[in-house]
Amino acid sequence: MTDQTASLASFKGEDAQKKLRKRHRAERRFRMYGMAAIIFAVAFLIFLFGSIFSQGWSAFLQTSIKLPVDFSQEVINPSGNPADEEELFRANYVKLAREALYGQLGIDPKDRKVRRDANRLLSRGVDVQLRDMVLRDPSIIGTTQDVWLLASDNADALLKGSIDRATPSDRRQVSDQQIGWIDQLVDKGDMKKRFNTGLFVNGASSNPETAGLGVALIGSLFMMITVVLLAVPLGVCTALYLEEYAPKGKISDTIEVNINNLAAVPSIVFGLLGLAMFINFFGLPRSASLVGGLVLTLMTLPTIIITTRAAIRAVPPSIREAALGVGASKMQLIGHHILPLSLPGILTGTIIGLVQALGETAPLLMIGMVAFVVDYPSSPLDPATGLPVQIYMWAASAERGFVERTAGATMVLLAFLIVMNSLAVYLRNKFERKW
Amino acid sequence: MEDRPATTVEQPAGPKETGDAAPAGLGELKMKATDVNLWYGDKQALYDVNLDIFGQSVTSLIGPSGCGKSTFIRCLNRMNDVIDICRVQGDIRLDGEDIYAPDVDPVQLRARVGMVFQKPNPFPKSIYENVAYAPRLHGLCASKADMDEVVETSLIKAGLWEEVKDRLDQPGTGLSGGQQQRLCIARAISVNPEVLLMDEPCSALDPIATATIETLIDELKENLCIAIVTHSMQQAARVSQRTAFFHLGKLVEVNDTSTIFTNPSDQRTQDYVTGRFG
Repeated sequence: MTDQTASLASFKGEDAQKKLRKRHRAERRFRMYGMAAIIFAVAFLIFLFGSIFSQGWSAFLQTSIKLPVDFSQEVINPSGNPADEEELFRANYVKLAREALYGQLGIDPKDRKVRRDANRLLSRGVDVQLRDMVLRDPSIIGTTQDVWLLASDNADALLKGSIDRATPSDRRQVSDQQIGWIDQLVDKGDMKKRFNTGLFVNGASSNPETAGLGVALIGSLFMMITVVLLAVPLGVCTALYLEEYAPKGKISDTIEVNINNLAAVPSIVFGLLGLAMFINFFGLPRSASLVGGLVLTLMTLPTIIITTRAAIRAVPPSIREAALGVGASKMQLIGHHILPLSLPGILTGTIIGLVQALGETAPLLMIGMVAFVVDYPSSPLDPATGLPVQIYMWAASAERGFVERTAGATMVLLAFLIVMNSLAVYLRNKFERKW
Repeated sequence: MEDRPATTVEQPAGPKETGDAAPAGLGELKMKATDVNLWYGDKQALYDVNLDIFGQSVTSLIGPSGCGKSTFIRCLNRMNDVIDICRVQGDIRLDGEDIYAPDVDPVQLRARVGMVFQKPNPFPKSIYENVAYAPRLHGLCASKADMDEVVETSLIKAGLWEEVKDRLDQPGTGLSGGQQQRLCIARAISVNPEVLLMDEPCSALDPIATATIETLIDELKENLCIAIVTHSMQQAARVSQRTAFFHLGKLVEVNDTSTIFTNPSDQRTQDYVTGRFG
């Protein structure tokens, strides 16, 4: 070591100044790297959200045509007995809708070509729309009602601007005459974009304008309930046992390593496991949301176990000693102190696990939840799909309506994820205790 | 459910008959440790410790860091049981009853032998709940009025009542360090333990808070048997009647405090109390 005066001198003078400036520059540079990385990430996030929102917002609107539909007794219920559901069910509702349209457009119903052109303005789902109205309230038979009927995918696309009017008519999906009718209806206010409730309540459909997320939402709900009911108690109990009771040794080390490994196993492997175990071995039905929930439970368990263990370990040892020191038993220690104090961590871990499970697609593909399900599942044993699977299926469809619905469904999924993550943050802050 | 005892106990042939009579000025023999050996894994931390602790008095355990005094005190209420790798051998008796006997419930024992720790560790609950916790745990209070009384008496005995009586519902963690430690003492004495173990209770406190606690210890010993581990020889001299000097896991010497500090019989004790090492 040099003597003190010499070492002090080295902090002064030109050389030292230079060194100091160099260090300051290095510090600034280091900070800039971090900022650059964050700006990069934020830019990508904005780009992602921007592209999804710009494509998807139009899915929340759907073009409809207001038509005075004559619910003619003759067509719907010739027998005159409104209790005959079979007859009401089979009636030719398409005819009603089309006739109303011909009347509204003032075209000659005898000209077959014109008629066919006009028919293409209406969705193929209008019969279901009218049938549901009649089945809900048979007293409308024999009256004329103004009904907003779904327009076809092409008409919808024209109104939303995704079919360009400047395209030559032979390469355009909408003929000049149809454009004329559409403009005529729009001018009268009888055709416009309305909020698309069907997106949230309808089941699967091959017509984009009548396809919705209803079945997927219910399937996802069933799966989340299954996961909460199974993964949370199993995960928390496992974590408690491993942290508080299990003797430290080779066995608990092995278990720990394996749990950590499970957290990293690709989700499709869990799907294969679910297929082999729940469907082939236990004989549970294919495509059922119960099986989906079980598979997602297996997938979520490691996350919940790991976060719960971390939360338990974060309880200060002094609190443990305090409780044991006044004569609390192990169960009392856990029930009165460890669990309440680690609750915020457990909740956060659980919600993050659920968010992961909600967005998971691959394992559901393996167990047949990628299905065309029109009817609402009434129990977790009925066939259903899930939100991300629905997105996956729509993304594979070519129609314009499905493109915007893919983005729209992604927005719905993202909304759920963001809400759940915010809930996790909120709960953590609410229950966090200071010691 | 209580964990299985992590310790194995070998019964000695019989308690030694020597030294059971209390020296003058002390209460009756309360706890008696005979040939206590303790291992953490393969490492032995205590060697053949024999120590008698008498009632209505304070016994202080002094010695350099790592000498085993804290380890020893934690054997007296079986707090070492929760450490997996810890193994205790020997005979420790409370009122002549072997506390490591298979039929002794360590949880109940800890209600009889209370403990105050180095770092104040109130529960993140209200002041009232901190004190009421143990009586409620052991079902000692039938009514709310009983409980209020227990809380009040304990806080009065701990010398904290006047300072907190208007804010019993506020979190115990919001008190100052010295107040927190007195709260922990109130919590420990709320179930009327027979013995109170204190593991360096003042090492995290300033001198004024320390003085308050020392006065408190002096008052508490009238009805209680107290064993205190301390790093401060002045504190040992001030509060205790008997002092035990530990060194490298062995009990070197135990005697009246005045004798230990003025006329120790062992050279190591002499060196330690005069400040030559430690």
